[in-house]
Amino acid sequence: MAKVRVATMWFSGCAGCHMSLLDIDEALIDLAARIDLRNSPLTDLKVFPEDGVDVTLIEGAVANEEHLRLVRTAREKSKIIIALGDCAVTGNVPALRNGLDADRMIESIYGSPTTSNGALPYDVVPQLLGRVSPLAELIPVDYFLHGCPPPAGLIAKTIFALLDGKTPELVGPDLKFG
Amino acid sequence: MESIAVKINGRGITTCPGRTILEVAEANGIRIPTLCHLKGLTDVGACRVCIVEVRGQFLTACTTGVADGMEILTDTEVVRAHRRTIVEMLFAEGNHVCSFCVSNGGCELQDLACEVGMQSVRIPYAYPRHRVDASHPRFLIDRDRCVLCGRCVRACGEIEGARTWDFAERGSGVRVITDLDVNWGQAETCTGCGKCVEVCPTGAIVRKGASNAEMGKNPEVVAQLAERRSHG
Ligand code: SF4
Ligand code: SF4
Ligand code: FES
Repeated sequence: MAKVRVATMWFSGCAGCHMSLLDIDEALIDLAARIDLRNSPLTDLKVFPEDGVDVTLIEGAVANEEHLRLVRTAREKSKIIIALGDCAVTGNVPALRNGLDADRMIESIYGSPTTSNGALPYDVVPQLLGRVSPLAELIPVDYFLHGCPPPAGLIAKTIFALLDGKTPELVGPDLKFG
Repeated sequence: MESIAVKINGRGITTCPGRTILEVAEANGIRIPTLCHLKGLTDVGACRVCIVEVRGQFLTACTTGVADGMEILTDTEVVRAHRRTIVEMLFAEGNHVCSFCVSNGGCELQDLACEVGMQSVRIPYAYPRHRVDASHPRFLIDRDRCVLCGRCVRACGEIEGARTWDFAERGSGVRVITDLDVNWGQAETCTGCGKCVEVCPTGAIVRKGASNAEMGKNPEVVAQLAERRSHG
């Protein structure tokens, strides 16, 4: 049987959701046997495969222009998109800056005398968007995994249901934020 | 006593007039989710979470009285969908960031989201800017987490009799204030009894310095007080 092609992405989030994914412990061995992990912060493949994937898990909120480009690519080239964790689902901590002026924030955080010529490195660092968005404000999302981070068991249950061709059932305590 | 007959979800129930749909449902073991309702306080129908269907109309169970022959549906697909949308609106209009809330795991709004099956908030988040008031020596209010249920207003007014809390402004600008919109620490009417802390369903009004594990609340306290007072 052809392996299921999976990608994971990391936008504005703390990497905790990816840590939680690794926390599924020995189930990782089973998972590794059944999926073909394409581009992901966990692999060295940094480009989204041209021919697409079956499932993409996205951690983090959409906070800059690079995320905006990638989230659209991911939707275009994935059969299933999973919002992995509260930042991807609600905006969570990264969205706390919404309502504040992004330029002034950059100025006060990075525009200190430690930057050599006072210029901000926008040639290498993507521009912040004026407003941080949860994924579903920008693209259709198929499944939402709540939690900061989502419990490892919830991630495992969802991924293995999909691998078995079933619809993951996310109910009751699965839907707890935080 | 006069008795009337109603139907809830097709089940015939005999009850008496003057009771709300919510009271009759609860007395018969039928669950209707609520948020602004709290036993011991006057019901005001602020949150709309308790909606039920009566002949194609959606009514709040906590403020609608039963009437003879009333047919009430508490759990149809349409009711569930509306209820979910109402909970989504509560999330969208505040900043309910559960991950760093002292009430995470002990919050009635968070529990409601699980109960109504809220997968995501389909309404654009408003991300409002609010003021946190930590001027009171023992308590603080984080208005980002306020759902405007008015339990604090009612507990303080009806049970403590201090009337420190009230609503100010209109529409999307509504917020709870202390006295005539002074900082809570300067509110002369506050006795420091802590009832507003106990009844607040979210992490909006909390005890200062309490950790997540210590932040348990006891909203039932107002029902106990109201009950004891009714015996004079
Ligand atoms: S502590 Fe008591 S008196 Fe003060 S605002 Fe809260 S309920 Fe009112
Ligand atoms: S502060 Fe708490 S009790 Fe008062 S209206 Fe807001 S959510 Fe309700
Ligand atoms: S519980 Fe009935 S309207 Fe809030």
